[in-house]
Amino acid sequence: MTTNIAIATPGNRKMPVYLDYQATTPTDPRVVEAMMPYFTEMYGNPHSRSHLYGWQAEEAVEKARGQVASIIGADPKEIIFTSGATESNNLAIKGVAHFYKERKNHIVTCVTEHKCVLESCRHLQQEGFDVTYLPVQKNGIIRLEDLENAITDKTVLVSIMAVNNEIGVIQPIKEIGALCRSRSVFFHSDCAQAVGKIPLDVNAMNIDLMSISGHKLYGPKGIGALFVRRKPRVRLQALMSGGGQERGMRSGTLATPLCVGLGAACEIAQKEMAAESERLHYLRDRFYKKIMEQLPEVYLNGDLEQRIPGNLNLSFAYVEGESLMMGIKNLSVSSGSACTSASLEPSYVLRALGVTEDLAHTSLRIGLGRFTSEEDVDYAVSEIVSHVKRLREMSPLWEMAQEGIDIKSVKWAAH
Amino acid sequence: MDFNATAPVRPEAIEAVTAALRGFGNPSSVHRFGRLARRALEDAREEVARLVNAAPSTIVFTSGGTESNALALRGTNRARVIASSIEHDSVLRNVDAEIVSVTRDGVVDLAALENMLAQDRRPALVAVMLANNETGIIQPVAEAAEIAHRYGALLLCDAVQAAGKIEVDAPALGADLLSLSAHKLGGPKGVGALYVAPHVELKPILSGGGQERKLRAGTENVPGIAGFAAAARAAREGLVQFAAVARLRDALESRVARLAPDARVFGAHLPRLANTSCLAMPGVSSETQVIAFDLAGIAVSAGAACSSGKVEPSRVLRAMGVDDGTANSAIRVSLGWTSGAQDIDRFIEAWGGLYAARSRAASAPAA
Repeated sequence: MTTNIAIATPGNRKMPVYLDYQATTPTDPRVVEAMMPYFTEMYGNPHSRSHLYGWQAEEAVEKARGQVASIIGADPKEIIFTSGATESNNLAIKGVAHFYKERKNHIVTCVTEHKCVLESCRHLQQEGFDVTYLPVQKNGIIRLEDLENAITDKTVLVSIMAVNNEIGVIQPIKEIGALCRSRSVFFHSDCAQAVGKIPLDVNAMNIDLMSISGHKLYGPKGIGALFVRRKPRVRLQALMSGGGQERGMRSGTLATPLCVGLGAACEIAQKEMAAESERLHYLRDRFYKKIMEQLPEVYLNGDLEQRIPGNLNLSFAYVEGESLMMGIKNLSVSSGSACTSASLEPSYVLRALGVTEDLAHTSLRIGLGRFTSEEDVDYAVSEIVSHVKRLREMSPLWEMAQEGIDIKSVKWAAH
Repeated sequence: MDFNATAPVRPEAIEAVTAALRGFGNPSSVHRFGRLARRALEDAREEVARLVNAAPSTIVFTSGGTESNALALRGTNRARVIASSIEHDSVLRNVDAEIVSVTRDGVVDLAALENMLAQDRRPALVAVMLANNETGIIQPVAEAAEIAHRYGALLLCDAVQAAGKIEVDAPALGADLLSLSAHKLGGPKGVGALYVAPHVELKPILSGGGQERKLRAGTENVPGIAGFAAAARAAREGLVQFAAVARLRDALESRVARLAPDARVFGAHLPRLANTSCLAMPGVSSETQVIAFDLAGIAVSAGAACSSGKVEPSRVLRAMGVDDGTANSAIRVSLGWTSGAQDIDRFIEAWGGLYAARSRAASAPAA
């Protein structure tokens, strides 16, 4: 068996330039270092309360819980460790819906949410719950009036993500939180793409449940967390029961090294967020400016201002998407979210923005992050520019457009 | 000496986890980073499948044994679930299960099981673990499966404690679903798997991106899974040596018997995991023993780790008809591949000391 993955650290020039930080991030070496002792010497079961191995593990887990709580302004007691943001989202949405189902049966979410939020809602619809899927504006952001109008006295939960995984736009979380609180509706936010990228405060933002992912913030895969507010108390039904760990909301032996890794990742992100954000802003702007200077007919998907610094989502008109992806194989970028990237379907997020099918097909999601250098950016820009130019030169549509023919007005003969 | 709670991570597994943590990528991404992660994932699936003699396509990776059991129980959505009284809490607490008792020997009562199935013909799922976590007693899973199938029921086998300690052949056992945990066999915590026989219809409990053949959404924990595979391989290759741990365990038990004729060992005459000993020191509470052993630098447990925060008489022993007093004085010793003769010496010294103190206290005149 070959478990050795080629050392795929960013900056290794034998590997493509990694520009897919919204799919997953490399585990920060400092995080790996923090985790290692819990694999080797301190391997106790954190629930074994009767011996030293167990105590060491429990102490480490509790420290990590504090680090996770700190980055979102929560109390450590409000943090439940899970196996990742998918589980957190499932637990928040299904767990709250099931717990309160005798009294309320309506959920409000948004069409551009992550698959696991949408699928959890569809699952609940099959059980008889009502779900309202809010549309988004052309810039990817919801209208607060739409949300206000959607909430009824049967609404138990509003689930709106803080940062979109494909287009990086930031929803008005504080306003949504205030609205939900004033209408006594629980507010869940999928913050997998937001934690460590933008400042978050569960109290200032009136967030009742928040999903957190380890591997999206330079922590390990296989771990996430769910913030569950204690005052006013949010209750939920567990997805998996057993030993009663995590205050009965999530049974299963906690993975000490993974908890420690998530905690360390949060601490690093909290400390470095401001500086990192500034650096990524500079790189992102440089990327965007250079592309726009060198290529006409490139469209940015999603709002530029209300957006995390580490994301661009660009559509290149008159280029065939698959050919572009094949051309830029020295760059690891994605055309949509990782979950759906193996399928050739255009992104449902871009379609929700009203992006036409042809432009949705030629979009690239460019994710910049902690280990992206200026050199990476410049190399990526030159690769994209040269391949887009090459592909356009071969395109009859591009030629027609250059001659001033409006492609949309052309009536194609059926063959 | 608490290997059944969790085991030290094997060096092979640490190496695999570390290597995979340095590489990265989302296995669902189509670019090179993603494809490398995908390859590591599929290699690991083959290795874990080999541990239970199954096809790789039958293995669904989860976050651990608890999730595997929850997925099996909730995902099959059967009208009835019949579980043995000695199942792990992650089997008993996920659904309202009807309980089939165990005999005084701690073995599931097959006649009772058949009776229950015969009396109510609604579609059922029967849950019988392969080896009990507290006593190590091996259960007649193949026979239970044969009975279950005769009545159209599915069989879930929780093999979390057995895998890596004895040979596990999921198809030969007739299991329709079989749960595994990485950390019990020297892999990392936070990873497990569910074997799902090809004919079994299962619905996910985690909805989302459609990973794991739509049975378990969520970005796969590639480093953890790679570590699981490396541990599974080491465990599979070390099964023969593991069986030899019985010599240490048996030495421990016979030395205890020599020290204290009133000590009791549960399941000594039955097929048991080679590493597990569940033994009672009459008159001394489990809690006192566990604390005394901890002071002597020995980690043992009273019952299962999940519930060991609260020391209650072992549910498993009570299910076997052991009286509360005796059950209250039982501890579990579970050895592993790193255990040696010196561990037994230390244990006997501590056990003997505690037993002698008890005898002195018992014979002292009342004040």
